[in-house]
Amino acid sequence: MPRTLKSWSYLANGTTLRLEEERCVGCGLCLEVCPHGVFSLRQAAGTSTIASAEPAGSAKAAIVARESCMECGACAWNCPCGALSVRTGVGCAVAVLNGRKRGGSPDCCCDEESGCC
Amino acid sequence: MLLKALPATAELQARLSQPFVEGSFATAQGAVPRISTRLTLKDRLGALRVRLSIGRSSYRILPGLYAAGSPSRSSPVFVTANYKLSFDALKQALAGIHSWILVIDTRGVNVWCAAGKGSFGNEELARRIASTRLALHVDHRELILPQLAGPGVSAPRFAKDHGWRLRFGPVRAADIPAYLAAGLAKTEEMRRVRFSARDRLVLAPLELVAGLKKLAPCLLLFLTAAFLAAPKDPGAALARSAWAFLPFALAYAATTLLFPLLLPALPGRAFSLKGAILGLTLASLAILASKAPPLLALSYLLAMPALSGWFGLLFTGSTTYTSLSGVELEVRAARLPLLIAGAAGLGLRLALLAGRI
Repeated sequence: MPRTLKSWSYLANGTTLRLEEERCVGCGLCLEVCPHGVFSLRQAAGTSTIASAEPAGSAKAAIVARESCMECGACAWNCPCGALSVRTGVGCAVAVLNGRKRGGSPDCCCDEESGCC
Repeated sequence: MLLKALPATAELQARLSQPFVEGSFATAQGAVPRISTRLTLKDRLGALRVRLSIGRSSYRILPGLYAAGSPSRSSPVFVTANYKLSFDALKQALAGIHSWILVIDTRGVNVWCAAGKGSFGNEELARRIASTRLALHVDHRELILPQLAGPGVSAPRFAKDHGWRLRFGPVRAADIPAYLAAGLAKTEEMRRVRFSARDRLVLAPLELVAGLKKLAPCLLLFLTAAFLAAPKDPGAALARSAWAFLPFALAYAATTLLFPLLLPALPGRAFSLKGAILGLTLASLAILASKAPPLLALSYLLAMPALSGWFGLLFTGSTTYTSLSGVELEVRAARLPLLIAGAAGLGLRLALLAGRI
């Protein structure tokens, strides 16, 4: 299926997402949970892509829109075979700047009550 | 035995007395509050209050099991957060669909944020399934979750630990009828998070007010500079400082509106770069409009891109697609250049105003 949907892209080297293809069983759950269409299922041998998320035997997941990954972590958390890894976090400059100031890790500007996000 | 198992507890009474509950649905396991799938005027006013953060905590839904229509033992179970807007979107989508709704306790936070923070996660979901005795209400072992619960809920782990199959439904509850009609299959569009012009602009008025408040101390600097140049004529100094400050305030105000609006069209991917390019355009317009002499023009060319670039950088926190690693890269690369350009431009403008150049 041609990618006709508008995809949002950020920096191409702005993600820690990693896929170990040899571990992938092609279940397609990463396609189900990714909100930005980062993945596609491909026949392991050939180059054709399958749009469907149904398990397809010899299929493997592939990262096709790396620059759209927002590091939410849904894919890695749901991968049944540990083929995906990503450092998760919120892409918010205020949090990053606060983290730098305090010398710690990025710290969200908001608590749960303020619900800014 | 039934009687002993099912007393009308205070907890049930409290859930029944919520405004969106239109009665109780009798089951073999006791009464389950039945929700109204219509959105009332009160709901809409409430939504407005949530958006404006007035009395936010009173817009929590009490966690537990609810019925939409007259669900049977084979009806689908939808899971949602106990945040009013998440719940409202779901209940509207379930008009005419006999189903169960399992509201879990995310402390009044929406699905995506709660999933990111882990409160919409396997643990709470398992706890809520147990406390509502959901397994006694349905024969199947399948739950439909909003897709954006993904960062917090792991379906494979849940199946292994608790024996329930979790399915990730569409991102937007409004797509649920189509999702059910397609036999629980999602189109590519149902999986995608959007970031429409409306989504981007919803925060613009707040950004504008907050930004101008932050700029206000600069006005004092302008006043001081103008007084240094004309200590004997405070009236003229006031007018000159206000006049000098105006282009910066206008450029900032334009940025709060134009940056979100033009986001996809602005060149580059880094938000600071997009903002700086917008600021450069605004500076050029200001120079042309005011026929600014070279040094004044230079101050605009330095300060306005810095101002808009900084706005762009901070706007990463309002998007649905920026990553932490990307923002870290951008902060590292853009922070110092933006601060230096901003300080240089502002310093130059103040020196000009004070008559020191």
